[in-house]
Amino acid sequence: MTTSNTSAVNYNFDVVRQFTVMTVIWGIVGTSLGVLIAAQLIWPALNFETPWLTYSRLRPLHTNAVIFAFGTSALFATSYYVVQRTCKTRLFGGMLVPFTFWGWQAVIVSAIISLPLGYTSSKEYAELEWPIDILIAVVWVSYAIVFFGTLVKRKVSHIYVANWFFGGFIATVAVLHIGNSMVIPVSGMKSYSIYSGAIDAMMQWWYGHNAVGFLLTAGFLGMMYYFVPKQAERPVYSYRLSIVHFWALVSLYIWAGPHHLHYTALPDWAQSVGMVMSIVLFLPSWGGMINGIMTLSGAWHKLRTDPILRFLIVSLSFYGMSTFEGPMMAIKSVNALSHYTDWTVGHVHSGALGWVAMISIGAMYHLIPVLFNQGRMYSIRLINVHFWLHTVGVVLYIVAMWISGVMQGLMWRAVNSDGTLTYSFVESLTASYPFYFIRFLGGVLIVTGFILMAYNMFKTIGAKDNSLKPVDAA
Amino acid sequence: MSSFWNIWIWVLSLGLLVALTLLLRMCLKNFAGVEEGESMGHSFDGIEELNNPLPKWWSTFFLLTIIWAFGYIAMYGLGAWTGLLGWKSSNQGILSIAQSNAETAKYLEKDSGVLVQYDREMAAADAKFGPIFTAYAARSIEDLATDDEALKIGQRLFIQNCAQCHGSDAHGTTGFPNLADKDWLYGGTPEAIKETIMNGRKAAGMMAWETTLGGEQGVQEVAAYVISLSGRSVDPEMAKAGKAKFAICAGCHGPDGQGSLAMGTPMGAPNLTDNIWLYGGSKRVIEETIRNGRAGVMPAWKDILGEEKVHLIGAYVYSLSQD
Repeated sequence: MTTSNTSAVNYNFDVVRQFTVMTVIWGIVGTSLGVLIAAQLIWPALNFETPWLTYSRLRPLHTNAVIFAFGTSALFATSYYVVQRTCKTRLFGGMLVPFTFWGWQAVIVSAIISLPLGYTSSKEYAELEWPIDILIAVVWVSYAIVFFGTLVKRKVSHIYVANWFFGGFIATVAVLHIGNSMVIPVSGMKSYSIYSGAIDAMMQWWYGHNAVGFLLTAGFLGMMYYFVPKQAERPVYSYRLSIVHFWALVSLYIWAGPHHLHYTALPDWAQSVGMVMSIVLFLPSWGGMINGIMTLSGAWHKLRTDPILRFLIVSLSFYGMSTFEGPMMAIKSVNALSHYTDWTVGHVHSGALGWVAMISIGAMYHLIPVLFNQGRMYSIRLINVHFWLHTVGVVLYIVAMWISGVMQGLMWRAVNSDGTLTYSFVESLTASYPFYFIRFLGGVLIVTGFILMAYNMFKTIGAKDNSLKPVDAA
Repeated sequence: MSSFWNIWIWVLSLGLLVALTLLLRMCLKNFAGVEEGESMGHSFDGIEELNNPLPKWWSTFFLLTIIWAFGYIAMYGLGAWTGLLGWKSSNQGILSIAQSNAETAKYLEKDSGVLVQYDREMAAADAKFGPIFTAYAARSIEDLATDDEALKIGQRLFIQNCAQCHGSDAHGTTGFPNLADKDWLYGGTPEAIKETIMNGRKAAGMMAWETTLGGEQGVQEVAAYVISLSGRSVDPEMAKAGKAKFAICAGCHGPDGQGSLAMGTPMGAPNLTDNIWLYGGSKRVIEETIRNGRAGVMPAWKDILGEEKVHLIGAYVYSLSQD
């Protein structure tokens, strides 16, 4: 880690510190909510007959907390850090910069209050009602002004690949959010979508799948392109691969939404195009994984000693796995089995917990010492424990969901010799209980890891400046 | 679809695939101005980028998926064009059952040139399983109610289609009648049960009586009388006052509250004397029923399941109340 060039430019790390700390805190909140609702699926009494503790209200809070509180705070922190370091210039925008932090936290707090109270637009991953949607749009446009303004005043001639991905994600999420959230308000906290029927469904999944494609994929690839080469201290494997996979990824992802609507009222051609583009997307997605993992050429031995690098590289493996699984599940005949089952839940968590969370955790462990004037985290051993807790937790989670998902799909389509269905729905639910329990265990491990991370972070922040010396390279 | 949108779809989707092919072609060549495997020469916060070629297996596989994409679109269509296979998942844009039936019949013709997947699968299932149900349909419900195999099929159909309201054990729940006792709203004969399932039932409607009964006092008096009908103890003064007002209830529930079925008119007004309660028998719930009314609906199943399957479900339901 070279910190020598930080003295040359007066970087704005205050906002990066704020978002970094909140990433870890929202990580605990988001995953704890996930564990609670996973437990409710096994022990329904855990809703305590209290409306705001029911699964129906906490599930959207869980997804919002993980995607928009944890994941997006991590993206704010790393994009603000990376764009300054790779452009050799301070963040543009003056007061807009702290506004993006406080504005975004206000969005999250509004979600934590309004979703348990039952206010929802009923659009998945876009449940927040219209006043909060307007705040999101204002904060997001400010974010875009800060980010692109910083790119414009950069002190280097080229724009680094990480910033292509960050820029692509920031611009597209603005369009997606504003497009899908177009509503007619009828009261302070109630509105109706301006779209109807199949068009509303298409808009929703154009938004929904690209929340995955741009926020949870392109954004985190930006993170990957800085922190993997930085932590491995190796050059990026292929500049040309990054060009082709960047443009192919952003131009294909935007088409993939209809694969959420196979065999629905959506016109057949739209379903077909959604499936085709999803499959063509497979190799461009893997381009990012190849570029990340091959960057490690000549530095593989570091995986043995550096748990931070291990987080980063294992996240790329989960990324590769779920971006292979995704196109397969987009095939109509596979989707006929997988859709509406736990397989989908497993798939999204191999992306969210395996890819998004692990790359973010790795990046945070890299960032925290830099931001708080230390040579390393307080405890490298705890990072290692966190790595194993998290990895085992993710594997338990996704394997349980694969098994229960495929089992559910097969049970729902099984027919007797007279053509009647073999199983009732409730029989498939009963059969799923053991796997719900394994999923719950995986979740407990993941939350435990996050709590260790918070402890490690606060010990690092609390230590005297430069008192934690970097370990010598092995 | 207007020709503008059709062209829009074609240009954007096929144009993207062509553009990706050109992009891939560009990046397969070394345009970077430095030797392959060397650094691009710029450094970002210490990070350099190498000019390595695209992995061969990766670019080949990518190209193959693009070629496959053109092939798939040619087979399955794009925009207004339905493709070489003439494939449709189902008949779309249907506005009436008559139109749906007409389209299904038209495209099931061998030479229609259109393959409607849903209709084909349904026709295949009908051809395979239809004779089983036709054979059962020829027998009476009483006869089927003694045939274990028929009852098993009927039970499975019940669990898939009826259990959502009436419960897996057919014992019902609040608002949805228990089908396993001997208490019937519309009759428990095989014919009455089948009629209920085929065409559904819409209760004549328990009106909201609060105003007519002169307010809350009247509601409580009538409730007291209704509770007394099934032999439970109530304030006799209240019940007496309620009995005087019960005349307006007698039109549907009968003069002694035995229900519309006892009067030979299947209009769904329950027997109030048997201590079986569709919406609950507590004082609070009975008062609520009188105050605000109730309106139960059983949907019609003949167009969804067809008469032959309804016949088997009827046999199963009938069997539940036979000893």
